[in-house]
Amino acid sequence: MKDEDIRKELESWLDEHWSPDHSLVAWRSILVDAGWAATHWPTDFHGRGFTSQQAQLVQQVFANRNIVPAASSSPRGLAAETILAHGTDEQKARYLRPILTGEHAWCQLFSEPGSGSDLAGASTRAALRDGQWVINGQKVWNTSAHHADFGILLARTNFDLPKHQGLSYFLISMHQPGVEVRPLRQMNGHASFNEVFMTDAVVPAGDLLGGEGNGWAVAATTLSYERQSFRGSRRSAVNLDLPGRVYEEYAREQAIANEPYSWYPQREGRVDLVMSRARETGAIKDPAIRQEIARLLSMQQANGLTAAVAEAKRRSGSNEIVPSGSIGKLAASIIARQAAHVHTMIAGADAMAAGPDSAVDGMIAEVLLSVPAISIAGGTDEIQRNIIAERVLGMPKETRSDTGPFRDIKRNA
Amino acid sequence: MQLTLSEDQIDFQDMVARFLEASSPPTEVRRLMATESGYDPEVWRRLSSELGLTGIHIPETWGGSGFGPIELGIATEQMGRYLYCGPFFASSVMATYALLQMASDEAKTALLPGLAAGETLGCLVLDDLNDPVKVGSSLAADASGHLQGTAPLVVDANNADLMLVVARETGGLGLYLLDLLEIQDTPANGLRITPRQAIDETRKLCRVSFDHTPAVRIGDVTRQGLNRLWDHIIVALAHEMIGGAQRLFDSTIEYTRLRYQFGRPIGSFQGLKHRCADLLVQLEFARSVTFHAAACLDAGNEVAHEPAMAKAMASDLYMEVARTAIQLRGGIGFTWEDDTHLWFKRAKSAEVFMGSPHLHRERMMTMLEAIS
Ligand SMILES: Cc1cc2nc3c(=O)[nH]c(=O)nc-3n(C[C@H](O)[C@H](O)[C@H](O)COP(=O)(O)OP(=O)(O)OC[C@H]3O[C@@H](n4cnc5c(N)ncnc54)[C@H](O)[C@@H]3O)c2cc1C
Repeated sequence: MKDEDIRKELESWLDEHWSPDHSLVAWRSILVDAGWAATHWPTDFHGRGFTSQQAQLVQQVFANRNIVPAASSSPRGLAAETILAHGTDEQKARYLRPILTGEHAWCQLFSEPGSGSDLAGASTRAALRDGQWVINGQKVWNTSAHHADFGILLARTNFDLPKHQGLSYFLISMHQPGVEVRPLRQMNGHASFNEVFMTDAVVPAGDLLGGEGNGWAVAATTLSYERQSFRGSRRSAVNLDLPGRVYEEYAREQAIANEPYSWYPQREGRVDLVMSRARETGAIKDPAIRQEIARLLSMQQANGLTAAVAEAKRRSGSNEIVPSGSIGKLAASIIARQAAHVHTMIAGADAMAAGPDSAVDGMIAEVLLSVPAISIAGGTDEIQRNIIAERVLGMPKETRSDTGPFRDIKRNA
Repeated sequence: MQLTLSEDQIDFQDMVARFLEASSPPTEVRRLMATESGYDPEVWRRLSSELGLTGIHIPETWGGSGFGPIELGIATEQMGRYLYCGPFFASSVMATYALLQMASDEAKTALLPGLAAGETLGCLVLDDLNDPVKVGSSLAADASGHLQGTAPLVVDANNADLMLVVARETGGLGLYLLDLLEIQDTPANGLRITPRQAIDETRKLCRVSFDHTPAVRIGDVTRQGLNRLWDHIIVALAHEMIGGAQRLFDSTIEYTRLRYQFGRPIGSFQGLKHRCADLLVQLEFARSVTFHAAACLDAGNEVAHEPAMAKAMASDLYMEVARTAIQLRGGIGFTWEDDTHLWFKRAKSAEVFMGSPHLHRERMMTMLEAIS
């Protein structure tokens, strides 16, 4: 389908159906039914099988016309993509639609105090009892778990098998007595991640995803989508200050659902602010700072182009390995670091101040205190480098110290 | 020139370390940083009167113990290591050095004994904290000694009893004194001290503004003199940064020994070992250069490039260590609960305090160019 045709079809559909007087869920249900909620999904499940470029075009039309889109905040997307890839038809039918309408928020329950980089070292226990899975253990760093209705959960169903083989992947309801969520405060003052304690929490047998013992393969799908999501966060392009029920409800949803992510643009370094800051402070005249800005903007553009090339190759069906996930994730963290460096140079001593009374309403201070997260969240820089070296470049693997039955592997208590 | 600490200096260092180990544990740092004044007067009293730190570099004639930049550096290094919360840097380093180097003998006689004893607290108001060349661009004094203008960033102004101000005047710069015990912060005298939120909550920051505020002129400030003052301050700051960096570095190495992933301690991964080894090189460089800069100041050498070099290297090193300290702890390192961020924030703030690394490298080049 040609871009122009897509645009025309969508525009005329919107002319006919869009109204700001719908409730948020009602409007999104209309979107889902008509196949405009997630156009890159398969036609069987609410989508149109569009390429990601076509899907972007669709999003652009929504943004240009200031029309409220389907729900999309990040762990929701990870859950959806993983369910699409590994779910049964029943699971897809049950879970995908409320993700798009925004009725269900999700969180990712992967990391544990004892297993972060080594995700496959998870020791949360899942045992089948009377036809349902009973979960015991602790997760940590779970972003927006305090707002979530469901979690994608990695847990161990067998402690005697080698560690990758004993894992299973579950869809767990967060609204049950066995699940306790405690917020954790971060160094930048926000509290977007949590500890999640599971004590005899239950998961119905039908909510095992991808089969018992297949947890690692299923998690790999989630992780590869997660890495790609670091390419740059898209902020809501919709003007929320418009009259109409759907805008009011959307604004309310964004305020809650996006609250944990309000600092995410800052952790990416706010490259968008660099030129205006350099101009307004006069730093643009400093040759040393100019060099660093140029370096930053070059990286930023190169990263965008590298991603576009990878996407083009994928679309043309080339079977060249396109390592865009790990490269993009590592690039995001290098760029964020350089951006923090540049913002520090531009601000000079003003970078000592924070809060509303400091540069750009405190945004620069927040950049400086948020950037350290990007090289940890979603798999650390070191892990991305290992993936690039071993899986992409095929360099010899590290000698392993974690073979054999899981219960015998050395780990922190 | 001295290359290592003497036995007496090592004893002194141990004494300061023991004192701060007991009086400035992270729990205390967290408690104090949440208070308005940011310090514990009782700890301050003991640090001044029992340890004599406030007068360490003040000549005996003015109530001090007559040591110099090396001993002061030993003290600030330990303060950086323990993230001591208090007005030492503002009062004993910045204000005291300003008096020592620029004030009339009369003013020194009147003011230094109180500072040496820690009984009065000073602060130094500079309208620019980036570059000595820019000082005086927004604060001015008229012929009758009235001050006009704003200094956006003044350390510990909220705690000060006396305020020293470098202001522009006809024909140059002058050093002015405001005795805050006499002049109150009221609209009538045009003085305003506004506490500001800081990235590093362990060091209190204020905005200070003057509107026809009466002050007393107590000394001449030449550009060369200002550079020299700046150099003394940044060398004490570089020591503080080395102390903080060493502490973070040590605790990070320790963490990599204890934390297991993939069935082995993370410190056994070569990627982390190499990163730590590189950091050690940087740490040793910055430490040697910083100690050398203090020794140069101690020897009374004329203005040279060593202080600028030390500040630039210590800043880069501290930030690099602080970033690594968070990174190697993973998610824990990004939490409020873990102490690492307290040092990270000090590192970030110290990086730009009294001039960013690139500015000091530029100063260094200017000085080297002038010599050769
Ligand atoms: C802002 C933020 C949001 C997050 N959100 C979520 C979430 O929603 N859900 C969730 O499940 N998790 C989440 N996480 C957790 C994140 O995925 C983990 O913190 C991360 O994977 C690192 O694990 P760890 O914290 O246990 O550190 P560790 O794994 O203990 O790592 C410590 C250090 O060792 C290094 N290291 C470990 N293994 C190796 C190796 N083989 N080679 C070289 N170096 C190595 C690491 O790179 C790191 O520097 C979040 C984290 C952050 C910071």
